[in-house]
Amino acid sequence: MSAASAPAAEAVQGSEPLLGLRGVKAFYGSIIALKGVDIDVYDGEIVALIGANGAGKSTLMMTIFGNPRAREGRIVFAGRDITDLPTHEIAHLRIAQAPEGRRIFARMSVLENLQMGATTAEPTHFAEDLERMFALFPRLQERLHQRGGTLSGGEQQMLAIARALMARPRLLLLDEPSLGLAPVLVKQIFDAIRQLNRREKLTVFLVEQNAFHALKLANRGYVMVNGLITLTGTGRELLARPEVRSAYLEGGRA
Amino acid sequence: MRGSRIIRVKPVLDLRAALKNAVVAAATAFGLFALLIGIRTDQGPSGGLELTPRFGTLGILVAIAFVGGLLRGILFGERRIHIAPRLPAAATAVLDRVGRMFAPALLAFALAVPILFYHDRYILDLSIQILTYVMLGWGLNIVVGLAGLLDLGYVAFYAVGAYSYALIATNFGLSFWMCLPISGILACFWGVLLGFPVLRLRGDYLAIVTLAFGEIIRLVLINWQSVTGGPNGVPGIPRPSFFGIPFNAEEGGFAATFGLEYSATYRIVFLFYVILALALLTNWVTIRLRRLPIGRAWEALREDEIACRSLGINTTNVKLTAFAMGAMFGGFAGSFFATRQGFISPESFTFSESALVLAIVVLGGMGSQLGVVIAATVMLGGFELFREFAQYRMLVFGLAMVAIMVWRPRGLIATRSPSVFLERRKGIEPGLVREERG
Ligand SMILES: Nc1ncnc2c1ncn2[C@@H]1O[C@H](COP(=O)(O)OP(=O)(O)OP(=O)(O)O)[C@@H](O)[C@H]1O
Ligand SMILES: [Mg+2]
Repeated sequence: MSAASAPAAEAVQGSEPLLGLRGVKAFYGSIIALKGVDIDVYDGEIVALIGANGAGKSTLMMTIFGNPRAREGRIVFAGRDITDLPTHEIAHLRIAQAPEGRRIFARMSVLENLQMGATTAEPTHFAEDLERMFALFPRLQERLHQRGGTLSGGEQQMLAIARALMARPRLLLLDEPSLGLAPVLVKQIFDAIRQLNRREKLTVFLVEQNAFHALKLANRGYVMVNGLITLTGTGRELLARPEVRSAYLEGGRA
Repeated sequence: MRGSRIIRVKPVLDLRAALKNAVVAAATAFGLFALLIGIRTDQGPSGGLELTPRFGTLGILVAIAFVGGLLRGILFGERRIHIAPRLPAAATAVLDRVGRMFAPALLAFALAVPILFYHDRYILDLSIQILTYVMLGWGLNIVVGLAGLLDLGYVAFYAVGAYSYALIATNFGLSFWMCLPISGILACFWGVLLGFPVLRLRGDYLAIVTLAFGEIIRLVLINWQSVTGGPNGVPGIPRPSFFGIPFNAEEGGFAATFGLEYSATYRIVFLFYVILALALLTNWVTIRLRRLPIGRAWEALREDEIACRSLGINTTNVKLTAFAMGAMFGGFAGSFFATRQGFISPESFTFSESALVLAIVVLGGMGSQLGVVIAATVMLGGFELFREFAQYRMLVFGLAMVAIMVWRPRGLIATRSPSVFLERRKGIEPGLVREERG
């Protein structure tokens, strides 16, 4: 299965993946949402997951965090089996997530949201990490004492990403970071992701509807259809595939 | 891109709609009041029920509703998009600013109450009662206002605290100050005990279970006769002493020790300061906790539980600590209640107490400490003011609640001030993250 996938040039071939999913199945009640998913994310990579609405991408992100729990299969992070760990303990292993719908704490200020993000981090890092976030998203600094719920959609997205980064994660999971954003902001967010990946060696696993941008940014990509991975390859390979072009880039911006 | 449509919402004067509105209001009023007010029931000379129609009063009420509905239709017209007519922004701003200076002034006033009203026993008793509810409100505020867990059975912890003190004091002769922490701990323990089964519940379901819990405690108190005295309650609960010196007219009493003339008021004044201190302790602890990670976690839990968990917060612990803290302060207030009354029975711990405390928290503006004070004062003070108009008391009370919820749907003090601010300009160092006072 994983032999079929083409690891990125940067990835250390043959080594253990940072995050590995094997035959992961997840259910909502009795409805199956993931039908046995295999995914590898190597240290230092950016990996994109694309797929149609309802394919199960967000479910996959949440299943990595144990909610819904994988009923079959294994999830391994940094050599440790996390399949059955409670969500909050998984977060302590330095995986962070900017989830679907952003889930900002609406009545709390931007600063308080960032403090919540730093729950699992060393308190001594806080001031320094805050400065890093301001450098990355200057807008957040301007809005520091504004209530999270009154931020614009784009600002909320920045806050969600910054909040996740406050945990100093090794692996960052992003669910549709470009959702609802103006093209300029999309570019800004994607630039920020690239920058974090290059400078801080942050490993990123992102879900995107914006397949063109995502696959251009990513080292590797996966295509999910109805709870199953149907295609995988480097970003460039996938962009060249006719089935990807027709399904996800129709009338695309390429 | 398709051209977007603009929907104009202008406040047009639509008389027909206004009229319809008025008729509906009048009909509703008629339906409500026809039996409530339109017919008066008295006991006749033969013991039977005598019905006296009061069509005049009924007519006036229906007319008021009609005119009100009409005015509302005319004034607010078609602007139905507004969810609720709010106070104008200026008024809100003033209210918020006054709020800031209000708290210290209120505290100073509270400290001076026993001096100002020394000879007015009625006012002193009322203030003690208000302070008790302020304390209960602050305690419940931790659970409902901060952690967002709707608890309808708060009175259970009040009862646990009261009975703990009453039973320990009457059976083992321990003093109030010894019993106070014990009652707090016991209530805390019950808080955790309640917390466990309801950890997975939220919102309505949680409310129902906590409601049941409150009733269970009350029924246990009624039926466990050998320990609690059943419906007869616990009499002869010791009064608090001034560091061992009792408040009585005897040789070693408070008045004699300090060379004063005996007066029953000393004890009342002492009780006043005890409950004031207890309430302030509750407030202080809450404000401190709000700035610590645990308090922040409570508020985050109220906002979004799933996000909390993915940020590494153990929501189980966070909920349990909220229940435990809230219960502990309820327990403190309960033992104060017991020592003040000298007698307790299950009748003091009915659901209506829970409802009253919850109403104080909600009307005050969930999570606002000052709001609780205002709401408690307004509600209990209002009860007293309208004592003479006994039959309209609940009506006025209900109307007042509706009015507040219409004008300030998020409570009297709805603004939440962040628990932390940043002092900047020179770049941030760890020491510069300043925390704001409640
Ligand atoms: N809480 C839930 N209960 C029941 N079914 C759910 C739940 N959440 C998601 N589903 C179902 O699981 C399937 C996968 O949903 P998921 O949110 O993972 O899709 P997605 O790939 O993220 O889609 P999108 O691109 O629209 O965000 C969908 O059919 C959805 O209806
Ligand atoms: Mg999704």
